[in-house]
Amino acid sequence: MAEELTVSSHIKHHLQNLAFGRKHEEIEPGVWVPTGDWGFALSSGEASQMGFWSIHVDTMFMSIMLGVLMMWFFRSVAKKVSAGVPTPMQNFAELIIEFIDTTVRGSFSGGKTTFVAPLALTIFVWVFLMNLMDLVPVDVFPQIAAHTGSFLFGVDPHDVYFKIVPTTDINAPLGMALTVLLLIIFFSIKIKGLGGFFGELAFQPFGKKMLPFNFVLEVVTLLAKPFSLAMRLFGNLYAGEMIFILIATMYSAGLVIGSLGALLQVGWAIFHILIITLQAFIFMVLTVVYLDMAHQEHH
Amino acid sequence: MNINATLIGQAIAFLFFVGFCMKYVWPPIMQALDERKKKIADGLAAAERGRHEQELAEKRAQQVIHEAKDQASEIVSQAQRRGNEIVDEAKGTARIEGERIVSSARAEIEQEANRARDELRVQVGAVALAGAGKILSREIDDKAHSDLLDELVSQI
Repeated sequence: MAEELTVSSHIKHHLQNLAFGRKHEEIEPGVWVPTGDWGFALSSGEASQMGFWSIHVDTMFMSIMLGVLMMWFFRSVAKKVSAGVPTPMQNFAELIIEFIDTTVRGSFSGGKTTFVAPLALTIFVWVFLMNLMDLVPVDVFPQIAAHTGSFLFGVDPHDVYFKIVPTTDINAPLGMALTVLLLIIFFSIKIKGLGGFFGELAFQPFGKKMLPFNFVLEVVTLLAKPFSLAMRLFGNLYAGEMIFILIATMYSAGLVIGSLGALLQVGWAIFHILIITLQAFIFMVLTVVYLDMAHQEHH
Repeated sequence: MNINATLIGQAIAFLFFVGFCMKYVWPPIMQALDERKKKIADGLAAAERGRHEQELAEKRAQQVIHEAKDQASEIVSQAQRRGNEIVDEAKGTARIEGERIVSSARAEIEQEANRARDELRVQVGAVALAGAGKILSREIDDKAHSDLLDELVSQI
C-alpha cells in the first residue's frame, strides 16, 4: 500500500509502529477481512485492524535490546565490583546506584528497600535509555529498517514501519504502569491483608455508610495512579518526537528553512535531554511513592 | 496508536529486568558500597587514633628529652666538681713532693758539706803537718811529735 511521499504521509509513517499480527485485507474502502495468515501490517489501517492480539515488534525489539544493554552493563560491573579503588566503569555505575539509593531512601519509608531500590534503578535507567532513542535523528532508523526490509524480504520500503522510541508507543509506558499497579495491589495486600486492602478501598474517606461512593472514589484514585504515570511519560515523549518529526520535515523546504530546521533540531535536542531525564526520574519517583503509600496503613 | 499485546510483552520484560537487577546487580554493588563505606570509616577512626598516639608520643619524647637534659647537666657539674677535686689533689701532691725533693736536696747538700768539711779537715791537717814538717824538719823529729800533731788535727 505505497502512498505518495507527502509531508503528512511522512509524519503518519513515523507515527506507525511495526505491527505483527493477523493479516487483514481491505476488500473495498473501509471493509477489512482477515486472511487467516500472520504477518507484518503493511499499512496503518491494517495495523489497527489487527486488534489486541498483535504485537509491536519495533517497540519490543528496542526496549528489550536497551534493557539487555543496561543489564549487561550493570552485571559486568557487579561481577568485578570491588570495595577498593573503583574502575571508571564501576564509578559510573556507582554514581547512578548511589543516586537511586538516596532517592529511594528519601521517599520510601516502608522498611527494607531490597525490592524497591532495584525496581527504581531498572525504571530510571531503562526509561532513560528508551527516551534517549528520541535524540537519534528521526529518519535514521526508519530508513535503515526500510532498506533492510526491502533488501531482505522484498517489501516496498514505504510499507516498513519502524519506531525506535518505545516510550512513544503507549503500550510500553502503559505496560510498565500496569505492572506498577499490580505491585501496588500486591504490596497493599501483603502488608495490610486482603481485608485491609478492601477496607481501604471501601471505608474511607467517608465512613461505612457511604460505602459505594467511597469504593468508586478509591478505585478511581487507585487506577489514576498508573494511568497518569503512563500518560505523562507517553505524552511528553510523543510530543517531543512529534516536534522532531515536524522539524525534520523542514529539511525538504529549501536551504534557508532547512538550516533553520537544523538549528531548531539542535536546540530542541538539547532541551529534550532535560525532558527525557526528568521523565525517567518522575516515573521512578512516583513509582516509589506509590509503593510507599501501599506500604502505609491508613486509618 | 493501538493498544495491543505489546503491553503484556512490556510488562513481562519489565518484570524480568527488575528481577534480574534485584538478584544479580543491586546486592553485589550495594555490598561493595557498604564495604567501602565501612573501610573509609575504619580508616578515619585509625587516623584519629594515630594522631592521638602521636600526640602522646610527642609528649613522652619531650619528657624524655627533659630528663636527659637534666641528667646531662648534672653529669657535667659532677665532672666539673671532680675535675676541681683532681686539680686540688694534684696541687697538694705536687707541693708535698716538691717539699720532699727540697728537703732531700737540703739533706744531701748538708751531707756533701759535712763530707767536704771532713775532707778539708784531713787535708788541712795534712797540709799543716806538711807545712810544720817543712818548717821543723830540721829540729823536730816526725815520730816524736806525731801525737801532738794528731791532737791538733782533731781539734780543727
